[in-house]
Amino acid sequence: MWRYIAQRILVSIPVVIMVGIITFTLVYVGPGDPAAIIAGDEATPEILEAIREDLGFNRPFPVQMGDWFWKLLQGDLGTSYFSKREITELITPRLQPTLSLGFQVVVLSTLIGISTGMLAAWKAGSRLDRNLMILAVLGFATPGFWLAFLTIWLFAVNLGWFPVIGYKPIQDGLIPHLHSMFLPVMVNSILASAFISRITRSAMLEVLREDYIRTARAKGASEFSVFIRHAFRPSAIPVATVIGASIAGLATGFVLTETIFAIPGLGRMLVDAIVRRDYPIIQALLMVVAIVLIGVNLIVDILYAYIDPRIRY
Amino acid sequence: MTEALLTVENLHTQFRTEGGVVQAVDDVSFNIQAGETFALVGESGCGKSVTALSIMGLIPNPPGEITSGSIEFDGVDLLQVSSTEMRSIRGSKIGMIFQEPMSSLNPVLTIESQLAEPLKIHIGLSSAAANDRAQELIDMVGIPDSKTRLKQYPHELSGGQRQRIMIAMAMACTPRLLIADEATTALDVTIQAQILDLMQEVTEKSGAALLIITHNLGIVARYADRVAVMYAGKLREVGDASDIYAASQHPYTVGLLRSVPRLDSEKGTPLSPIGGEIPDLTNLPGGCAFNPRCQWAVDRCSIEEPELIEIAQGKQVACFEHASVSLSV
Ligand SMILES: Nc1ncnc2c1ncn2[C@@H]1O[C@H](COP(=O)(O)OP(=O)(O)OP(=O)(O)O)[C@@H](O)[C@H]1O
Ligand code: SF4
Ligand SMILES: [Mg+2]
Repeated sequence: MWRYIAQRILVSIPVVIMVGIITFTLVYVGPGDPAAIIAGDEATPEILEAIREDLGFNRPFPVQMGDWFWKLLQGDLGTSYFSKREITELITPRLQPTLSLGFQVVVLSTLIGISTGMLAAWKAGSRLDRNLMILAVLGFATPGFWLAFLTIWLFAVNLGWFPVIGYKPIQDGLIPHLHSMFLPVMVNSILASAFISRITRSAMLEVLREDYIRTARAKGASEFSVFIRHAFRPSAIPVATVIGASIAGLATGFVLTETIFAIPGLGRMLVDAIVRRDYPIIQALLMVVAIVLIGVNLIVDILYAYIDPRIRY
Repeated sequence: MTEALLTVENLHTQFRTEGGVVQAVDDVSFNIQAGETFALVGESGCGKSVTALSIMGLIPNPPGEITSGSIEFDGVDLLQVSSTEMRSIRGSKIGMIFQEPMSSLNPVLTIESQLAEPLKIHIGLSSAAANDRAQELIDMVGIPDSKTRLKQYPHELSGGQRQRIMIAMAMACTPRLLIADEATTALDVTIQAQILDLMQEVTEKSGAALLIITHNLGIVARYADRVAVMYAGKLREVGDASDIYAASQHPYTVGLLRSVPRLDSEKGTPLSPIGGEIPDLTNLPGGCAFNPRCQWAVDRCSIEEPELIEIAQGKQVACFEHASVSLSV
């Protein structure tokens, strides 16, 4: 198992490098002159030239990219054009809101998705099943921003149960923190759980047709035990895959959510950086997202082996 | 005759399918005595598994349904008991082994936990006691190295070993009846014999009756005391295995016998499979369902249905022409 993990990390290195090359190139050929962005409005051609010379923008493209990679290896994500501060320093305070949002959404959507999916499978063909699946279809047909504005309008503006904006860090206490995150967590969880729910239901129904389920019944196992003990784990593989995929989806969803709900996280940071053409930050954040997604994939693969003993690495 | 352990009477089980209602089991009656080995024989799709699943109360509903009849087991009518009572009978008083050794064990649970399960459910053993007993059961079915086996998963065992585990599981609570539904069909010939011997050994030891479901008459000759031959949902011939093997009086049974190699036949006798097709249950021919394939068929056969009648002590046949039917003709 450890060997497998080490191996997987090794093979993801070229992937990370590819992502690096692509992001660096995209940003390099993208519109706008970085020197002009740094210099601001009152730049004379002399100042621009000085900046280019100073930051090495005059060097050939491969050299610039090599330089960027080399610094990256040393944990140096570069310096913001806009604030002139180290990007690592800028990212650190942004981690907590995003990680907290991600963690809550993953936990909640998994719980909601699996439990409603299992309930639907348990009552397959019933009204409850149909209603749950209609909700699930609505769930993934609903645009995230629309649901976000709807919940803000209903729960924050009209009912006043939750703040419209106003993120509170965990340092202010867990309850205020969760309270301030409630709406964005709900919006993302509802959307992600719809998918998980459908997959759970169909995976369960498929497993329930297996021969070993008949064996379990022939042993006298109760329907509950057949469901939980015999059917759930074998059906968890596609569910784990979908949860992994929905985490990947969250990475993009958060850009939107953090903007709408004014959460000072990485998604917001990315939007701000794009608006300001703060290229080093864009590059750094894209790298972070890529590495997180590779990590999620790895975790899902390890989960497979845990779920199904036939899978050994 | 002693009191029967299992008495199936006028059992009707049907499935609602897109092609119409399938009468998979059509007015089937037979009984199994305590401790005897009874074989249910017939070609694929004739309703053997549905008969067994009806006894177990495991007909998937929908699409299946037992529409009438009675199944009396050990003094209770299994069709009248509550689902909770039925659950307490399944796996404790009646054990069942299935055809597919590769897929009949749960791939994500250890052998130990699957073996211990019926003991926990029915006898209420603690986990520790059930696990100890699970090891004894593995020893009983002749798998070496039981201690390591306990911690393994089904995919780490061979097909024959898995079927041994299925036997151990079905016998865990010393049932009075063991149903083996084509339990050896998917195995190598040599392993088949070992598994059948094992089933006979464990049932003999505990005094359980054994219901062997098969389409292999060779197995019947060697292991069964009595046999029932099924065709298109109906029983066609019932009797002592040795008698039917030597002197069957039903054209279908004769056809089956001619299609398998026999120990007592002269060398070089060619095997001849039954001609014609296995009938479509949604669209059975009128009269005797076997008539399109029957070499003895007379005019009457396509109009009237022969009833299963007792033609001698313990021997029943459903054929108008039974008196002239024999293996040598
Ligand atoms: N779940 C089901 N849904 C619909 N029809 C079914 C179902 N199970 C069985 N049947 C019908 O019942 C008939 C008898 O099936 P059964 O499984 O008892 O055959 P069998 O004698 O056990 O054959 P085999 O030797 O192939 O196992 C089949 O022809 C099929 O049409
Ligand atoms: S009743 Fe007629 S068709 Fe049916 S088995 Fe007998 S002889 Fe053949
Ligand atoms: Mg069958």
